[in-house]
Order: sequence, then C-alpha cells, then structure tokens
Amino acid sequence: MNWQLYDTWLVITGALCAMACALPGAQLVLRRRSMMGEAITHAVLPGVVIAFLITSIRDPLVMLLGAVVIGVLTTVLVDFVQRSGRTEIGASMGIVFTTLFALGLVLIRAFADDVVIDPHVVIYGSIELSYLDQTSLFGWSVPRGAVVNGGALLINGLVFLVFHKELKLTAFDESLAAAMGFRPRLVQGILMAMTAATAVAAFETVGSLLVVAMFIVPGATAWMMTDRYGPMLVWTLVLAAATALLGHVAALVVPGWFGFEGMSTAGSMAVMSGVLFAAAWAFSPRHGLIARAVGRRQLSLRIAKEDVLGLLYRHEEGARSGDRPLTAGDLREALSVSRSIAVAALRGVRSAGQVTIESNRLQLTEQGRVAARSLVRTHRLWERFLWERLGLRPDHIHGTADRLEHFTSPAMIEELSAHDEGEDPHGRPIPPAED
Amino acid sequence: MTQKDPEQSEHVNEASGLGPEHSSGSPLSIHDLTVAYDRRPVLWDVDLDVPAGKLITIVGPNGAGKSTLLKAALGLIPSTSGRIRVFGKPMKQQRSEVAYVPQRESVDWQFPVSALDVVMMGRYGAVGWCRPVGRRHREQALAALDRVGLGDMAARQISQLSGGQQQRVFLARALAQDAQLYLMDEPLASVDAATEQAIIEVLRTLRTEGRTVVVVHHDLQTVEDYFDHVILLNMRVVASGPVSEVFTAEALRQTYGGQLTILSEASERLARSNDVGRS
Repeated sequence: MNWQLYDTWLVITGALCAMACALPGAQLVLRRRSMMGEAITHAVLPGVVIAFLITSIRDPLVMLLGAVVIGVLTTVLVDFVQRSGRTEIGASMGIVFTTLFALGLVLIRAFADDVVIDPHVVIYGSIELSYLDQTSLFGWSVPRGAVVNGGALLINGLVFLVFHKELKLTAFDESLAAAMGFRPRLVQGILMAMTAATAVAAFETVGSLLVVAMFIVPGATAWMMTDRYGPMLVWTLVLAAATALLGHVAALVVPGWFGFEGMSTAGSMAVMSGVLFAAAWAFSPRHGLIARAVGRRQLSLRIAKEDVLGLLYRHEEGARSGDRPLTAGDLREALSVSRSIAVAALRGVRSAGQVTIESNRLQLTEQGRVAARSLVRTHRLWERFLWERLGLRPDHIHGTADRLEHFTSPAMIEELSAHDEGEDPHGRPIPPAED
Repeated sequence: MTQKDPEQSEHVNEASGLGPEHSSGSPLSIHDLTVAYDRRPVLWDVDLDVPAGKLITIVGPNGAGKSTLLKAALGLIPSTSGRIRVFGKPMKQQRSEVAYVPQRESVDWQFPVSALDVVMMGRYGAVGWCRPVGRRHREQALAALDRVGLGDMAARQISQLSGGQQQRVFLARALAQDAQLYLMDEPLASVDAATEQAIIEVLRTLRTEGRTVVVVHHDLQTVEDYFDHVILLNMRVVASGPVSEVFTAEALRQTYGGQLTILSEASERLARSNDVGRS
C-alpha cells in the first residue's frame, strides 16, 4: 500500500462528509424516519438546479438555499400525499422523492448538461478528484471538499449542541414537547433543513446514491452499541469517521487481492459502513448476536448444573443401601440437554466443590447437598403452591415447578414457604430451609 | 368547516365579549369546544369548568373523545371552535402550570434514554429553549423518581422497565414539572393492582398539596373510590359534577348507550353502594 498526502486528504474529506451526514441521520433513525433521509437527499436535486437556473450563477450559497427550500417542501409534500391519498408513509415518500429526483435529472439534461453540473458526479460523487480542487483556508491550501463538508459538520455539530434538549425531547415525545411549548414541527423543520443542506454539501463527495448510507448506517449501528442518547451521538461520529478510513484502506488493498485495479472509495465507504453494522449486530455488548448466544448458553449451563444437583439429591433421598450411585452417563441421559452443556455442567459442579467423582460415581459433597436441598425445597414448595392454591392436578405440576425452581428469588421463596411446611403433593417431604 | 389555531380563536372570542361569563379562577375552563377529524366531529360544543384542588376523572365509551379533550385543551390538535382558559389565562401563557401525561403507547420505549433522562424531560419546560439541564434539575428528577418508588431504577434503559414502571416514570416526569394542573391520559391503563395503588397514592398527595388532577379513566368500578368529581363524556358532556351527585345509573346509560355489559355491572355496583349507604 502506497499511502500519500493525497490519501490522507481523501480520508479526511470522506470522514468529514460521513460525520456531517451521520448527525442528522442519527436523529432520523431515532424518529423512525430513516427513509425521509433518502427522500430528502434525492429530492434536493431539482432545488439545486432550479436555484442555478433562476440566478444563473453557480454560487454555492444560492444552491444550498434552493436545496433547503425544496428539502423542507419534500417533508410537507410527503405529509400531504400521505394524508390526502390512501398511501402509507413509505409509498408517499416514494412518490414524492422519485418524482423530484427525476425532475432534477431532466432539468440538468435540458439546461445545464455538463456545463456546470455533471449528472454523473451528482449520482456517484467524485471523492477521488476532490484533492485536485484546492481552495485556501486561513492561508493554507486545502481541498475544497474538505472545507465544504467540514463546514457542514461544524454547523450540524453546533445545531446539535444548541438544540440538544429540543431534538431529544421532540424525537422521543412530540406531544409533551408541544405541551411545553417546544414547537416539535419547528424542530423537525430544522432537522429536515439540516438534512437537505448536508446532502448538498455531500453530493460532490459521495454522490446522491451513497449519501443515504452516510446518513443512516452510522446512527443505526450506534444505536446497537449503546442505550443512551449522548453516547449514541458520539458513537455515530466515531463510526462515521471509521467508515471513511476503513473504506479508503479497503479501496486500496482489496482490489490487489483479486488482481484488478482501482475501486471507488465512496462505494467502498458505503460497503464498509454495512460491514461495521454487521459487526455491531454480531458483537454489540448487549443486543449483539454473540452476546445473546453467550447469555443463552450461560443460562442453560446454570440450569443444567442446578439439575445435576437436584438429580443427585433425589437419588440420594430415594436410595436404599446397595443401590449403585449415579454415573456421569446416567446424568447426561437424565438431563436431556446437548452433550457439550452436560459435560460443562458436570465439570462446573465438580470444580465448585459441590460434587465428587470417583471411578465414575457421583457423590454430593456437604456443600453440594446444601445447595441441592434448597433447590429441591423450592421445587416442592412450587408444587405445593400449584396444587393447593391454583388447583392443578398433582401429575401436571412437575414440569412447571421444574422450570420455576430456577427463577425463584429468595423473597419469593419466603413468600411460598409462608404456608406451613410438610409434604409436596406426591407425599415427599419438603426439605427444611437452611439452619 | 375551517380549522383555526386554538390561540387565534381565543382572541376572536375575547373580542366578542364572551369572556366574563366563565369563572376566571378555574384551573381549566373550556367554552364551546368543537374538534373534528376529517370533518367528523369528535367533540361537540363542550363546556367545562374544572374545580380546583380535586381529583377529577373523565369517563366515557371508546371513541368518546376523552384523549381528544385533553389534547385540544393543551392545544396539541387544532379545534374548530372553542376557548380554553387555564387559571383564567390562555394556555400559551400558562404552560409552566400544566403537566401532561400522554398514553404510554404514544412513545417509542426503545428510545436510548434512561428512566432518569425521561423524568428530567419534565424539567425542560422550566429550563427553556437552548439552555442546558443543570445538576439541580437532575436532583429534582431523582426526587420525583423516588416519589413514585423507582429511585433504584434511575439508570435503567426504559424498555427494560415493566409496563407499570413505565407508567410510573411518566408520572414522575409530570411530578418533575411541578405544575398546578395535571392532565393524565389513562395513567392506570394495564397496570397491576399494586402499581395502581401506588399511582393513586401519588395523586392523592397532589390533591393534598392543592393541585388539580384530571385523569382519563376506563374503569367505572373504581370511579367512586378514587375521584371527587366526574365528567361523563360522549362527544358532548353528558354530565359533570361531584361523583356522589352525578355518577348515577341514568347518567351512565346516557353516556354509554348500548354498551350494556359495562353499564349493568356499574349500575349493579351503584345499587349495592346505595344500599350500603342507606343501611
């Protein structure tokens, strides 16, 4: 990999662009209006072109204004179509933004083709060329794309700081916000204007197709990583920046592996944001696939260990002299769980000092017997409760008690044992609580 | 039918001199309120004066406009006509005196905030536009959570709370608003018996403090136990007054019309309680 100043600037430009988009995008994701991002980013195109046609100057501020006007108009139109027709929100967005986007393309073709606006650039972006277009900032020569996107990020960041409370409240509870006088529609308008303006700033960098990925994916990924609003916004920015860096590195490295040359950095950034989302889906600490699988396995392991103790206790209880002790094989059969869980459970109770194994014979230790007694006690208390209080038949209650015994808090055991002790519905003694 | 901004229509009415006939001190005074969705009236010619310092309930069949009445009073939805006064002044000037508890289903509980964050939102109105929330507000929010018995749940993400706990978080948020008038939309819907008692205790404390609480309620069985004043609503106000005077079998029949099962249960209970009263 041959890294040059060009690559550094490309990553900086891409990161600024992705971060600028990701902030309003995170809000859209939280409001369950992600596709509104798609609608607006496409719909602003005719706004840009019309603004240019009216003023016939390519002043970025004029174009920005055109985009913001039509971006806000898009939300109004989508609302209008949804309410006046029998269309759901997705359909009305589809109607509005495709119409406007197509109108924009037609207008470019008719009046501005290749002269000032290149439709190819509008759709695909030209981040690779951004380094060539330099401008001066405080006496330094920097790529114009970095300045434009950096400006967008700065403004969005300020809006998010100043309206932190308002954005959070209106996204969560519009009616309370309105009742407090916080004008949710005004706040939503600010958000949509921000989305439109950011989209225009990002067009030349990543194009109107991929910009949607910059808006939505970092926020959606961040939501998997955290359960708090502020940290989610920080994650969003970090993930957006990482998308740009990893995306460009991948664009440089991956083609070499497969023996072809060159890959679009913007496309690679979008792919990378998808990869990061998949990674979060798998590895996120709380909602991730792996975290949940581990949690499930730990739960079944705990239940299996408790069942081992219960089985040994019951065996001990019913054993006459001369009965052979249970073997590991007996237990594995009785547990009806996968072999790996059963093996892990046996290893677990043994290393906890609750069970000894001598020449394949299992024996409860005193410590294990105490734990097992309390478990069997819970089981039989439940059986009694289900039989006496709920009137279930004694032959129907074992399975239920078997599940409940693993999830009974000490407080609940106390509640259950408030009724006098004695025997369970099958005539077996309920072991006394620890003395 | 033209839809007017509620605030605008107030000025119109004021100019035409309709003001004085309604008591200016009532926590919530509604005059000639009509609300329509798609030209179908939901509330029609509603006049109400809510008494101060009482627990007030709004009951009525599904679709009677109970939630709409609260929302229209708050100016959350446009009304066709009507004048709303809160302690004698337009709602716009009295926002800090009014706390609102929307229905639990109206928000997304997956939203990345903790119980404490939600309760702190109750202080936002007092903080004002664009100003940050301070430590003082945080402590007020914690105190409100404690009052509903959820002090140890402050850091929980809100989707990890039970339905009853979520409802109490909403109540704590309203407490944090520290208002004089509380408007609550079904705060007792699908909560367990213990939560219901806890919520009622908080409402009674609010009454003791001289605050006014208006609750949309669905359970006719408990109206007499919990509330002082009842508003029977079915598009229009069928009856409004002290529970002991207004909550009669006849008024319920007028309110609920054909919904006989609820009705017969309630009137049976009424008959029983009257017997007890006599003996």
